[in-house]
Amino acid sequence: MAGTASIPLRNVPGASLGVRRDPRSVRWPLIVICVGFLALFLLLPLVAVFANALSSGVAAYLRALTDPEALSAIRLTLLTAGIAVPANLVFGVAAAWAIARFDFTGKRLLITLIDVPFSISPVISGMVFVLLFGAQGLFGKWLMAHNLRIVFAVPGLILATIFVTFPYIARELIPALQAVGSEEEEAALALGASGWKMLWRITLPNIKWSILYGVILCNARAMGEFGAVSVVSGHIRGLTNTMPLYIEILYNDYQLPAAFAVASLLTLLAVVTLIAKSIVEWKFEEDTASVIAVSKPDPS
Amino acid sequence: MGWTIFYLCLIILIPLSMILVKSASLGWLGFWRAVAAPRALAAYRISLEASFIAALINAVFGLIVAWVLVRYRFPGRRIFDGLVDLPFALPTAVAGIVLTTMYSEHGWIGSRLAAVGIKVAYTPLGIVVALTFIGLPFVVRTVQPVLQEIDVEVEEAARSLGAGLWQTFRRVLLPELLPAWLTGITMAFARALGEYGSVVFIAGNMPMRTEITPLLVMIKLDQFDYAGASAIALAFLLISFALLLAINAMQRRLGALPALR
Repeated sequence: MAGTASIPLRNVPGASLGVRRDPRSVRWPLIVICVGFLALFLLLPLVAVFANALSSGVAAYLRALTDPEALSAIRLTLLTAGIAVPANLVFGVAAAWAIARFDFTGKRLLITLIDVPFSISPVISGMVFVLLFGAQGLFGKWLMAHNLRIVFAVPGLILATIFVTFPYIARELIPALQAVGSEEEEAALALGASGWKMLWRITLPNIKWSILYGVILCNARAMGEFGAVSVVSGHIRGLTNTMPLYIEILYNDYQLPAAFAVASLLTLLAVVTLIAKSIVEWKFEEDTASVIAVSKPDPS
Repeated sequence: MGWTIFYLCLIILIPLSMILVKSASLGWLGFWRAVAAPRALAAYRISLEASFIAALINAVFGLIVAWVLVRYRFPGRRIFDGLVDLPFALPTAVAGIVLTTMYSEHGWIGSRLAAVGIKVAYTPLGIVVALTFIGLPFVVRTVQPVLQEIDVEVEEAARSLGAGLWQTFRRVLLPELLPAWLTGITMAFARALGEYGSVVFIAGNMPMRTEITPLLVMIKLDQFDYAGASAIALAFLLISFALLLAINAMQRRLGALPALR
């Protein structure tokens, strides 16, 4: 944090560009390799999604998107993300708070556990829910007896999505809270604010950009999750298909333009996510820059 | 705080322990038969090899991309910089179908490669392409901040003392970059090991040839062979963790060398 902030203060004219003006014979080939690689692996696929989606014309594109099954997949995706993101937001704030503000035994274990969904395959993430709640699973008999379905039904999709998107918000908030420090909170408490009031008036506003950033990333993953959701869905058409699963079905049915039409919506979401993410990053830099300017008015 | 730990146990620990419980139900012999079956062994090998090659490709190109984005100014730089995160934001199923379409025999790239006799889609090469795509941001995003922070004066000093470009890079910059670079490569490798969505479309999924481990787990689950799926998942998790621990240990040794820090 301190390191990032120190860059704009080092006010040596041309320092950042002086030595970095490597000779042309090095610079241009490297730029060409970089742009070529990114164009081939990132730009081209992005263009290809829309080209394929519109390959049968605009009318077919719109028809594919307004198909009842497509609409139900879109609804289910929105519902899943609509539950998973708030759940992980509440948890993320709680976990980051506990880790950044308190010392307790098992703290390192807690940090490691938060990262678990990042480090295991989504298929395995989905599998554990089938093992827990499936017909032969730990709670399978009990659930059957009470006529409840979790796996191969919507609750399973939501649980699996919460599981895989679990680290995104917590991971953003822990360093943010640590960087902000606890002086302002202590001041608020000393002045008689209640714990809740402090949370709403001091803690959350201080880390608002990190929260937003985490929510954006969490939402993108929640709406796009495929592997874990694929395992728990049971592929019941019109009932347990989220958009990524519906794309797979269309693709395997050789309905390529329709598959790409639905895919184009998720691609738009990805592009919006990237833009929103950049804006939040700029805002955050602006904020930290102004804080530094206020706290250190005269660096010399 | 208590709630945090409670929620965490509920949603992470209990589910994970189920893998152990289910695998144990096979008994030692059954477990061994499941995890050491030729088809399973082939799947581990394919997953490890393809992930490793993809991580190497990203190691080289990720470093170049980070270097160019930090040090040079050229039109479109900001857009390319933002685009680097696309594999994080794009759902893997979308990546899977678009890469497959592009690299199939009639696709934009596949048709050109087919003309010179290279097949990508439905071969191990296709797996590598998909894994390179999803691992791309890791090396770039870990190396970029370090490259930005490197003290310009040190580099200038090296140059003014007569060090050549390559020498400056190797002796001054590379040691600074090495820990972050290795971390990025490791993350790309780890992510590739577990990847499912983008690979299943492009791989062709032939047992023994292009079937990755997560897919084999998926197939076992579809056949309701939950114990077999758990056993293979557990074996693969153990192999992956052992590898990652080894890489971590190597990194710490590298970081501890005074000459390199």
